[in-house]
Amino acid sequence: MSAGGSNFDEMFGGGGQARPAYDEYCRWYNEQPGEFLRRKNREADDSFRRTGITFNVYGEDAAEERLIPFDMVPRIITAGEWRKVSRGIEQRVRALNSFLYDLYHRQEIVRAGRLPERLLRKNDSWLANMVGFTPPGGIYTHIVGIDLVRTGPEEFFVLEDNARTPSGVSYMLENRETMMGMFPDLFSQIAVESVSNYPRRLARSLAACVPPAFTGGKPTVAVLTPGIYNSAYFEHAFLADQMGAELVEGSDLRVVGGRVQMRTTLGYKPIDVLYRRVDDDYLDPLTFNSDSALGVPGIMDVYRSGGITIANAPGTGVADDKAIYSFMPEIVEFYTGEKPLLPNVQTWRCADKDSLAYVLDNLAELVVKEVHGSGGYGMLIGPTSSKREIAAFREKLMARPSNYIAQPTLALSTCPIYTAKGLAPRHVDLRPFVLVSPEGIDITPGGLTRVALKKGSLVVNSSQGGGTKDTWVLKD
Amino acid sequence: MLGRTANSLFWMFRYLERAENTARLLEAALRMALTRDVVTAEAEWRSVIATLGLSRAYEALHESYDGLQVWNFVLRGPSNPGNVRHMFGAVRSNARMARINISSDVWEAVNDNWMKIDALLARPVGQMAVGEALGAIRRAGTQVHGAFDGSMLRDEGYHFARAGTFIERADSTARILDMKYFLLLPSLSYVGSSLDTGQWEQVLRSVAGARVYSWLNAGQIEARGIVEFLVLDDRFPRSLAFCRNMLREKLAALARMHGIEGRAAALMGDADARIRHLAVDQIFEAGLHEFLVDFLACNAAIAHAIAEDYRFHG
Repeated sequence: MSAGGSNFDEMFGGGGQARPAYDEYCRWYNEQPGEFLRRKNREADDSFRRTGITFNVYGEDAAEERLIPFDMVPRIITAGEWRKVSRGIEQRVRALNSFLYDLYHRQEIVRAGRLPERLLRKNDSWLANMVGFTPPGGIYTHIVGIDLVRTGPEEFFVLEDNARTPSGVSYMLENRETMMGMFPDLFSQIAVESVSNYPRRLARSLAACVPPAFTGGKPTVAVLTPGIYNSAYFEHAFLADQMGAELVEGSDLRVVGGRVQMRTTLGYKPIDVLYRRVDDDYLDPLTFNSDSALGVPGIMDVYRSGGITIANAPGTGVADDKAIYSFMPEIVEFYTGEKPLLPNVQTWRCADKDSLAYVLDNLAELVVKEVHGSGGYGMLIGPTSSKREIAAFREKLMARPSNYIAQPTLALSTCPIYTAKGLAPRHVDLRPFVLVSPEGIDITPGGLTRVALKKGSLVVNSSQGGGTKDTWVLKD
Repeated sequence: MLGRTANSLFWMFRYLERAENTARLLEAALRMALTRDVVTAEAEWRSVIATLGLSRAYEALHESYDGLQVWNFVLRGPSNPGNVRHMFGAVRSNARMARINISSDVWEAVNDNWMKIDALLARPVGQMAVGEALGAIRRAGTQVHGAFDGSMLRDEGYHFARAGTFIERADSTARILDMKYFLLLPSLSYVGSSLDTGQWEQVLRSVAGARVYSWLNAGQIEARGIVEFLVLDDRFPRSLAFCRNMLREKLAALARMHGIEGRAAALMGDADARIRHLAVDQIFEAGLHEFLVDFLACNAAIAHAIAEDYRFHG
């Protein structure tokens, strides 16, 4: 599978003519002298390095910080396309929250026979101590990232739901800042929807979900980070900074008088809303992983007794499971009474005997993923794997079929990147960011476009050499 | 502000100051070594290592004191955990931890300079490169201080950072003075007989005070004047008196903001009482070394009390 050929290119469609979304951009691009573009391309890297927008790579030296490569050619979506996509996202996110509420309450969807009970029992992210508890404001997923892929002018699919702790929003914001700094004239010629008020909207969303123990005044919001060696530390600091929230670590927090409090220079001060960027497992050593030094002993008790709001709610990871994903069309229909506006990618559940047989017969054509996996780890991409790799994966799959799902290798759309030899098509995906509060669902126009920088590659994850682009939604 | 963040700001500026002072000390020694014979040069490098409290670590590795070895050990020696490269790494990681409490200007000044210095110190620093490296370290201090004063809100974070600056600076000046006094002791008579003016000039150079001092004293280099200048002259920004005044100001501001006078403020009061109205002759009578040891102990106690008063560690 390679770029070009049967793949839909978002800039040029099939032919050499720019599609309407890219019309003005291409005209601008063609007017720029080659030397100017080369210089700007070099400057972009420097600017990211200076601002310290880096991430740490797992499995490497803790001190190693890398840049996520940035490509300066924007990915452009028209207002009409976006309206359609965002309606689908809103429907899906609404369904996800209803689904999570139901799972931890009466489980109507299981009673109705629309979702097998074993999917919950076997789900590592399922939290028994969330049963019967309703989070403040009834919101489970305050922040959601819905990963989309495109295969044609009108064809968008949901590839993954990230209801746990979606990351990447700081890159969306910094990519735009960088682009505006590099090409101010471009933004004066083309009307692009702004993304810059995301942190304000996030702060408002979080403040709208205060816990019962909130005593009035201005709610105290804090971002909980695992610390400076975490791969997304830059983002945690960035969001806290932009929201005017505190940036705390587990060692700053303690349960005092039924509240989670942070150690300030004036003594302990209660936190109302905690935007945590620490996984469930590490959140409370008394409840979960007792080795964890990242969390707060006793926070789950405080949470359940209404002393704090945790965003996203513990236990939301259930919905990120890829076996659950395969039921999303049923889930959307069950809770909204509507057909899904955004389709899923066709998915074979290997737990199912017939599906497993089909998957084993067609491994070379399929993408096989672990149900709990993320970050592009532990997956097989049939068409780009060697016979040996496929054989090794077949063993793993047969040993534990229920741990896997399979999907067809999609003809992912491409968008050109800037290279020394000019524009060259590369595969992209899109992660729009969605904020949920009692006041409604708020979707930032665009999102984070990830791009596979290697020619023909389908893996866009930053942990595996992917880059990012600024994503534009055009104004009407 | 979080106690942990206050700690980060305090140490970010202590390490920045320490890196800068170390560079100045090396610059002064470098200049001295160039103008003297081999024996004096070796003594000079030995005193640099002693001033920095690194004698044992250095001698575990090297048998002689030679400039190239000394500055590489101090700047980037892997067996020296307190090397300048690490100090600057600590400046940056503290800045990252306090990222939301410092302005972008400050962050960029730190990050830019860290990239530069880390690259300069990544490989052994030769004779031709040492000047550039030391200059870069010194300028890093200047740039971060400039960005800090020009863009930071004067809230508690500012005062914690500046308390760190002046605690560290006072510590450095006192140590340099103590070491030189100790080395010069045999030949020293403070009434100005057989002292080595070159050595004293070098003390002034180490604290960036040579020009100002000779301007104030019409070029007269003598121990009494220099000690008076470095200890008591509250116009000179690296003198002990100046650092104390600034620290007192910062502690008062912090006490005002928090509505509590902590243990640090009380210690400060005691320390003040001891040097108030002190004349240089009295210092010499009671012993400069004893005076400096006492000063260093007070300084360290105040730093410790700040960390406790404001819950740096819980």
